[in-house]
Amino acid sequence: MEAPPRPSSPLRLNRAFWRDERFIRIAVQILFLALVVWIGSVALRNMLTSLRQQGLVLGFDFLNSGAGFDISDALIAYSSSDTFARALQVGLLNTILVSLLGIVLSTILGIVVGVARLSSNWLVSRMAWVFVEIMRNVPLLVLLVFIYTAFFLKLPRARQAVSVGPVYLSNRGVAIPWGEPTDTWSLYVFILAGALIAGVLVGFAMRWWQERSGRPRPLVWPSLLTIAGIATVGWIALPQPPLTLSYPEIAGFNFQGGRVLSPEFMALLIGLVIYTAGFIGEVVRAGIQAVPKGQVEAARALGLSPLLTLRLVVFPQALRLIIPPITNQYLNLTKNSTLAVAIGYPDLFAVSGTIINQTGRAVEMIAVVMAVYLTLSLITSLIMNWYNRRVRLVER
Amino acid sequence: MSAETPTASKTVEALPPPTERYSVVRWLHKNLFSTWYNTLLTIVMLVLAVLAARSVLEWALIQARWEVITVNLRLFMVGQYPTDALWRIWACVALLAFLIGMSWGIWGRMQRGGAIAFGALPFVLAIITSDELSRLALVITGVAGIVGYALSWRWGAALQRVSIIGWILYFPLLFVLVSGFGADDSVLPPVPTNLWGGLLLTLLLTIVGIVFSFPLGVLLALGRQSNLPVISWLCVIYIELIRGVPFISVLFMAQLMLPLFLPGITIDRVVRAMAGVVIFSAAYLAENVRGGLQSIPRGQYEAARALGLNSWKMMLLIILPQALRAVIPILVGQFIALFKDTSLVVIVGLLDLMGIAKTVLAQPDFLGLQAEVYTFVAFVYGVFCYLMSAFSQRLEAKLHAGR
Repeated sequence: MEAPPRPSSPLRLNRAFWRDERFIRIAVQILFLALVVWIGSVALRNMLTSLRQQGLVLGFDFLNSGAGFDISDALIAYSSSDTFARALQVGLLNTILVSLLGIVLSTILGIVVGVARLSSNWLVSRMAWVFVEIMRNVPLLVLLVFIYTAFFLKLPRARQAVSVGPVYLSNRGVAIPWGEPTDTWSLYVFILAGALIAGVLVGFAMRWWQERSGRPRPLVWPSLLTIAGIATVGWIALPQPPLTLSYPEIAGFNFQGGRVLSPEFMALLIGLVIYTAGFIGEVVRAGIQAVPKGQVEAARALGLSPLLTLRLVVFPQALRLIIPPITNQYLNLTKNSTLAVAIGYPDLFAVSGTIINQTGRAVEMIAVVMAVYLTLSLITSLIMNWYNRRVRLVER
Repeated sequence: MSAETPTASKTVEALPPPTERYSVVRWLHKNLFSTWYNTLLTIVMLVLAVLAARSVLEWALIQARWEVITVNLRLFMVGQYPTDALWRIWACVALLAFLIGMSWGIWGRMQRGGAIAFGALPFVLAIITSDELSRLALVITGVAGIVGYALSWRWGAALQRVSIIGWILYFPLLFVLVSGFGADDSVLPPVPTNLWGGLLLTLLLTIVGIVFSFPLGVLLALGRQSNLPVISWLCVIYIELIRGVPFISVLFMAQLMLPLFLPGITIDRVVRAMAGVVIFSAAYLAENVRGGLQSIPRGQYEAARALGLNSWKMMLLIILPQALRAVIPILVGQFIALFKDTSLVVIVGLLDLMGIAKTVLAQPDFLGLQAEVYTFVAFVYGVFCYLMSAFSQRLEAKLHAGR
């Protein structure tokens, strides 16, 4: 409330100090702060007393004791004899994996849906509309549980797995071909890093050339070509290929070779991606529609092709409107990944739930979980704010 | 608008451009087969749509065993709410129908088609249902709705205040009716909250969330805008902290830590979940309300000050009414999200619609019917969300028309 300051009277009135506005302002704040601190301290004291009655002392030492439970999906080596801290790391990595993959895939699908909503083709736009309405009107939890229990767990057993090309679908999960690193893999990683650096350097060089010559030069293609070229030459030049593709095969009751993505992971990823894509689709549609029609007409009048109009005129302007709401969707996706607990995927929240059940350390674990998600949210919004500043309209 | 205002020299209004009229063939050509890639897209999409629709219909009409829903319908709707107290729920429903009918007659006269469809719904359901008691209750509900509509049609203007008071009184009354009070042999014996379940619990959680988080959210938004630094900082910390963490973690906190904060007082699980919903939702509402507050031009504040209003009166009489009106559609969107989010209470072990779905699937007669049960649950959520968003779009159109 931006109340304009009261004009000070030319007469100096002799007012009692408790009617002085400056005094009231300070007093109100002190009272409010005291109230909050008092409530907080009472709650804290009560909490410590009840914890003491349960024989628990606040602290994080318990994280170093043995976990004693297994985790099905672990990106890093983990066994039940590892510590709780290690289990939390496994959970955190799973959360980050699902969130990153989810953000990338839902952005792609969301843009497709948003553009389809605006398609001049009636059937396409209607189908996109139906998709968006379903996603927006059904809770994510229902969607996730549906995909998990009514689709992935209903797939046939590994022995009768449905095969789609080299990919097998079964109730054990989705088996996909996967590269097995060989002896030269570690060397190849260095070559890849070198290729990346060279690509960036080429990009900078092209930009410098463009600025010096004052003519448009291709900016993106040369660096991509450099990266691809070095990567290919490295692959061929090495005595042994750094990766060998291993294909999944049905062996007994399970798969051998390849990589098996668990049904929990697949259900969580697919659910998060299609749910968020519904929302991102609406964001993209609104952003594109907000670009004035005159811009398109002007671009066409200048002789730009429809594709160039979209790329050079509509999309850059729409992007500015799209980024803030899309950031919100990314944050939502990260937070929604906690619903993994409902279908048994061991993300950070599910792992800490297990730890709470085993140790009764609710206060510490809730604090850890909240701190981690706050940090993740903060990082996401920092990155997106940086990007937003870059694409923002430069005004005079 | 201007056509109705009598002016000395009548200006001729420009006619709207003629709408395009097509024959079916022209329409098909323009919308589906305008270019070769559009044609290709249409054919691919048509094949996909037909295949999808056929398999879905085949499943829904032939393979699906819907008896899991019809047998457990009462469980889905009210959970284990005692049968001899069911009349209270029906009374709430009938009263709601009466209020909706009355409000529809007062504010929504234009949408007569919708009113007829809505009014016919209970009677249609009464014909479908096999249970005598539910049939009677549904007929009463339908009649209540029609009576409300008829009353307001006759005395619309006079009933405006009555219906607003009715809506305000409805929510406390709902709680008294559902939870009961006094000893076990009183008129309304109390029903313990662990018997509340199904859609009833989902709706109650939503209503409590809306009713309590709304004032809290407004206060937080005002606090954040305050020019007293301590208050605004505390509000910012609260809002950003809650918005930065997932909803389940707030629910878990309410479930596990509230008993630690308040020892000696036993708060039951449902109330703790409600507390979690309110804590969470208030932070989001505060941000929405802040958007409305920021849209109020400075001149409004200055004018209110110039009229000699103090801060409280300025906020209550000048700023908040305009700010809230500006964000009503966003608030409805937030309430829809809240309604969907209440499904998460199943994770802390409550038997809301999702929780009931889980217990139904554990019945030995209905093992493996996840597709049917969760499709039904999704359908119920979808209908409610769709109705709310349709309502909000109407409201938005109406608010814009007033400008």
